[in-house]
Amino acid sequence: MLHNLAQLVRYRGLIQSLVARELKARYRGSVLGFFWSFINPLMLLLIYSFVFSVVLPGTHPKEIEPYALFMFCGILPWTWFSSSLLESSNVLISGGNLIKKVLFPAEVLPIVTVLANMVHFLFGLPILAIFLLYYRAPLQWSELAWFPVVVAVQLVLSVGLALVFSALTVHFRDVKDLLANLMTFWFFATPIIYPMGMAGGLGKRLLDLNPFTHLAVSYQEILFYPGPFGHWKWLVALGGVSVLVFLAGYFVFDRLRDSFAEEV
Amino acid sequence: MTVTATPAAIEVSHVTKIYRRYTARRQFATLKSALLSGTMLRDLNPDETFPALSDVSFSVPAGATYGVIGRNGSGKSTALKVVAGITKPTAGTVRVHGRISALIELGAGFHPEISGRENVFINGIMLGLSKREVARRFDEIVEFAELRDFIDAPVKTYSSGMYMRLGFAVAIHVDPDVLLIDEVLAVGDEGFTHKCLDKFADFRRRGKTILLVTHSLNLVERFCDEALWLDGGRAKLSGDPRRVVGAYITAVERGEAQSLATENARAREAADAASTAAPVPDAPSPASGAGSPAPDDGFRASAGRWGSREIEIAEVRLIGEDGAPSHLFHTGERVTVDLAVRATVPVDDFAFGIALFNADGICCFGTNTALEQFVSDRFDGSGRVSFVIESLDLTEGTYKLDVAVHRRDGYPYDYHRLLYTFRVRSRTKDVGIYRPRHRWDFSPEIRIRPATG
Repeated sequence: MLHNLAQLVRYRGLIQSLVARELKARYRGSVLGFFWSFINPLMLLLIYSFVFSVVLPGTHPKEIEPYALFMFCGILPWTWFSSSLLESSNVLISGGNLIKKVLFPAEVLPIVTVLANMVHFLFGLPILAIFLLYYRAPLQWSELAWFPVVVAVQLVLSVGLALVFSALTVHFRDVKDLLANLMTFWFFATPIIYPMGMAGGLGKRLLDLNPFTHLAVSYQEILFYPGPFGHWKWLVALGGVSVLVFLAGYFVFDRLRDSFAEEV
Repeated sequence: MTVTATPAAIEVSHVTKIYRRYTARRQFATLKSALLSGTMLRDLNPDETFPALSDVSFSVPAGATYGVIGRNGSGKSTALKVVAGITKPTAGTVRVHGRISALIELGAGFHPEISGRENVFINGIMLGLSKREVARRFDEIVEFAELRDFIDAPVKTYSSGMYMRLGFAVAIHVDPDVLLIDEVLAVGDEGFTHKCLDKFADFRRRGKTILLVTHSLNLVERFCDEALWLDGGRAKLSGDPRRVVGAYITAVERGEAQSLATENARAREAADAASTAAPVPDAPSPASGAGSPAPDDGFRASAGRWGSREIEIAEVRLIGEDGAPSHLFHTGERVTVDLAVRATVPVDDFAFGIALFNADGICCFGTNTALEQFVSDRFDGSGRVSFVIESLDLTEGTYKLDVAVHRRDGYPYDYHRLLYTFRVRSRTKDVGIYRPRHRWDFSPEIRIRPATG
C-alpha cells in the first residue's frame, strides 16, 4: 500500500492533465464556457438571498446578518464536497474503459474528480470576495492565514471518502443512490443554512460528530464572524482525523483494486 | 532461431487466472473476502468461478516476436492483460523487463468532447510519456495517423477509422521496450495496415519485444519467432510458429469435422422423423433415369428424405484418402462416398444416384448409374455401394450431398436430399466452384517465380 501511495507522486503529471481535461470538457460547447464556474455560485447565492431575505425574512437570528453572505460561506465549500463525492462514486464505472484496457492507476480517477471540483470552488472565491468586501465583513489577515489550512483539511477528507465510495460503488451500484440521499441529509445536519449557535445540548453534541460541521464553522469564523479564529483546535483535530480517513480510504481502495478490472 | 542466450523480456510462470462467474447473490461475499484477505475468490465455490488460464508458462526472449493463437475464449486476451498488469494472476508470477505498452483497445482513454490534439497529449501521458516527450513526437504521431486537417476537431466528430488510427499512432509512438498487441491490426484501409506492419518490422529491427495475440495465422507464420497455442486456458503447444500453426489448423479442422458430423446426424434424424414410406411421385431425382440430364427444376434447398423404401440407404459415409470417415477434405483429395444399402424385397429395377451442391445451392455435379449405362439385374438383402471421386477438384467451401436409390424411371425408393454436409479446404484461395488440375507455363522472358515459403 505504501509503495502504491509513493507511486501516486509519479502520476502528478497525469493528474494535472486529467484535471485540465475535465475542466475543459465540462464547458466545451457552451457559450459562456468558464464563466459558468462563476455564474453557478452566484446564482445559488441570489436564490438563497431571495428566499431568506425577501420571501422568509426574520426566520434567522440577528447574529447572522447579512444572511446570504453567511450561507455562502458554507454552501461554496459544501458544493465542492458533495459534488466530489457524488461524482467520484460513479467515476470508476464511467472510466471503466481505462481500467480494463489501459494500465492505469485507478486511484487517479477519484482524485481527479475531487481536484476538478476544488478548482470550481476556487473559481467561486472571487465572487465570495466581492460580497465580503461589499458587506464590509470584518476580515483579519491573521484569520485569513487559516483559510488554506481549512481547504487542505477538506481536500484530504474529501479524497479519503471519495476513494472509499468510488471503490464500493464498483461492487454495489446501490452506493451511488444511497450517497445521493445521504448527502441531502448531511447538508441539513451541517450548520450551513443555520448557525451552530442555534443548536443546543444534544443537538450540538451530535453536530460535533459531523466532520463537515467543523469545516463549515471554520469557514464561517474566518470569513464571516468577527473576532479571533477560536475553532482551530477542532480544525487541527479534524485534520488528524482526515489523514486517518485518507489512509483508511486508500487501504480499502488498494485492497479492492484488483477487482476493478473485472467488476466495472 | 537461437534465442537462448538473450535474457527474457517477458517471463510468465505457472500463471492461473480465475474469474468469478457473475452472480449478484454473492456480491457481498466477494467484497468481504477482497477486503479481508486481498483475494476475491476465497469464499466462492468452484462452480462459481471460471478458470481463464490454468498453469500457463512461457517466456519471451528480449527482441523476439511472440505470437499467441487459439480459439475464441481460449484465454489469449486474458494472458495479454496479465502480462500488461491490467489484471493480477490468481496464482503464478509475471515478470516484464522494460517499458511496456499495450495495444488492447485503441483510443481507450480518449475523451470525445476535447480535440484530437489534447487527447494525444493526455493519452500519451496515460501511456507513460512525459508532456515534453509527447510534444516532441506530436508531429510524427499526427503524420502517422494521417489526421493533420482534423487534429483540432473534437474526437467525437471522428469516424471510427480516424479514432482507431489516432489511438494506434499514439500507442506505437510511446516507443516501449515491450509491445503487447491484441488483434488491432485491422484498424484501417489497406495502406494503413501496411504502415502498421512496417512499423512492427521497424520495431523488430530495433530489437524490441513484441507479444502478439491474433487470429491471423498468416501473420504469426510470417512475423513471429515463436508461437504459443492456448486451448481452454492451457498452453497446448509452443515453439516454431509453423509447427504450432500447423497443429492448430489440424485441430480446428478436426473440430469442424466433428461439428459437421453432429450436424449431419441431426439432419438425418430430422429427415427420418419426417419421412413417409409412401412414395412422392413428383419428387425430383438427382439424375432421373428417363434419359433426361440432371434436373434443373429446383434443387430446392430443403433437406429431406422420402421414398417407398423397397431399397433403403441405411448409412452414408464420406471417406478421405487416409481411409477414415471424415467431413473435411482437401482440394484434390480422393474421396469415397460409401453407401450401405438394404433391399426389403428383391428388386430388379434400380439405380443409384449422387449429386453435389455448393453452399449457394448450385448443383456442381450429378449422376446416376442409369445415366452411366449400368443395367440393373437384381438386388436382395444388403450390400455396399462406393462412389469414388478420384480427385476432389472443388474450391474451398461447404458442400452438400444428395444420395438416392430409385427406379430407372425416377420413382424413388429412398431419396436423401441435402442431408450430408462436408467442407473442402484449400491452401489456395481461388474462386469459383471447379478447380481443374492445372499448371502455369511461362516463356523465359517472363520473369516470374513462385513465392518461397
